[in-house]
Amino acid sequence: MAPNDTLIAAGFADPVFQSQGAFRALLAALSEPGLACDLGDAIVPPAGLEAATAVALLTLADYETPIWLPAALRDGPAGAWLRFHCGTALVDDPARAAFVMIDGAAPEPRLAAFNAGDDQFPDRSTTVLIQCAGFEGGEAVTLEGPGIAGQRSIAPIGLRPGFWAEVEDNAAVYPLGVDLLLVHGAQVLGLPRSTQIVGTR
Amino acid sequence: MTVHQNITDETRPAYNYAYLDEQTKRMIRRALLKAVAIPGYQVPFGSREMPLARGWGTGGIQVTAAIIGPDDTLKVIDQGADDTTNAVSIRRFFERTADARTTEATHEATIIQTRHRIPEAPLKAGQIMVYQVPQPEPLRKLEPHETETRKMHAWAEYGLMQVKLYENIARFGEVTTTYDYPVMVNGRYVMAPSPIPKFDNPKMQMSPALQLFGAGREKRIYAVPPHTSVRSLDFDDHPFRIQSWEQPCALCGAADSYLDEVVIDDQGGRMFVCSDSHHCETRRADGHRGAMLADASALHLVEDEAKP
Repeated sequence: MAPNDTLIAAGFADPVFQSQGAFRALLAALSEPGLACDLGDAIVPPAGLEAATAVALLTLADYETPIWLPAALRDGPAGAWLRFHCGTALVDDPARAAFVMIDGAAPEPRLAAFNAGDDQFPDRSTTVLIQCAGFEGGEAVTLEGPGIAGQRSIAPIGLRPGFWAEVEDNAAVYPLGVDLLLVHGAQVLGLPRSTQIVGTR
Repeated sequence: MTVHQNITDETRPAYNYAYLDEQTKRMIRRALLKAVAIPGYQVPFGSREMPLARGWGTGGIQVTAAIIGPDDTLKVIDQGADDTTNAVSIRRFFERTADARTTEATHEATIIQTRHRIPEAPLKAGQIMVYQVPQPEPLRKLEPHETETRKMHAWAEYGLMQVKLYENIARFGEVTTTYDYPVMVNGRYVMAPSPIPKFDNPKMQMSPALQLFGAGREKRIYAVPPHTSVRSLDFDDHPFRIQSWEQPCALCGAADSYLDEVVIDDQGGRMFVCSDSHHCETRRADGHRGAMLADASALHLVEDEAKP
């Protein structure tokens, strides 16, 4: 490990107000699915995390919420950064995590690998942050459901083949299921389990 | 974060912004995000002791404290009115602890904390309603055990609620529930809309505003995102109906708002006035005059804007 890898970059300069602002953006993202919301560029994220991923985890994660990251990130600066700033446990089993971050293009793990909650406590499910290459230029999908007046179309790019089929499978087990946040740069786009994909295939 | 300060006689206690500590806010925020993702489902949360008694809006206050920021304008209403005890004290709480900008105007507010009413003025996209909820479980009066109601929600076993409504109709000819009238959210969860009059239920249907519900004593948070189906339970041959009155508001003449009955003497005299105080004031300022406005104004009970 090179010496610089052990340096942990700064978190929020003003935790109270930066986390409040970021939370409102996350709340807007999940209450209006498909709408890109800006989490700001207040911090420099560690290598491997997009700015919005880092801000979202800094805002929501703490010692009560285990996080799962791809092994390369977990053992690198991103893992050290999250352990230090959030005091969170980084777990090996994706099904045990409250928050996970995955690369949208990576074939594994699949959405079904995470905790979908149980019928009496569907809120105990995983929130999945998916880093993708952008919110425009990909395969167009049409969304409908709570938070959407009529329908809304999105076209994020840099997602693995079959991703939308996985999202449909996730929505099919509503009210169970994981809640997704697509991340690119400082922006997030919410896809809660309540959002239905209108026939693309 | 450590708050450094010198202890002097004039120093107020060093509360965090909006009273709650950051770890508590994170816990409430996580519950709110899950609540929004599962509309109508009651998310358990670690309700904290607040500096007022449970039952006085501690759930709503904790939700507001977790979401409020410097860009927000807060309106607080109690039974529709901005100037009643609960509303005044909660508004002052956030003015003190969060340096909050407050308003009585519905259209200026970004967060509206409410006890038992939805304002008459239509809500807009971007506004957040925060409801104070005494009993979040719509099935509680039918089934006292939490273990059982949890299963009923899990399996969408809502027959008992339909039977209750049916028995109402069988005995009285109509559903006699007039407030906290149960609703079906997003076609899945039966939800208590908090003790708002059933008059307000249709305002929740496909509302452009985000609606958050906090029950402090019962430790539950739930939510209805914007543009979400909120259907009041009814039967095909006994459709849901809201209250109506035979006379308009005695002060502003509104015929389409929720009216409170006010007893004015011991001779059986009474008047009906808007429960939404800001709505009524706005209408009077616009020149609408009810039948008893001149009398009320002469007694200095209200200001008559139109008077020379």
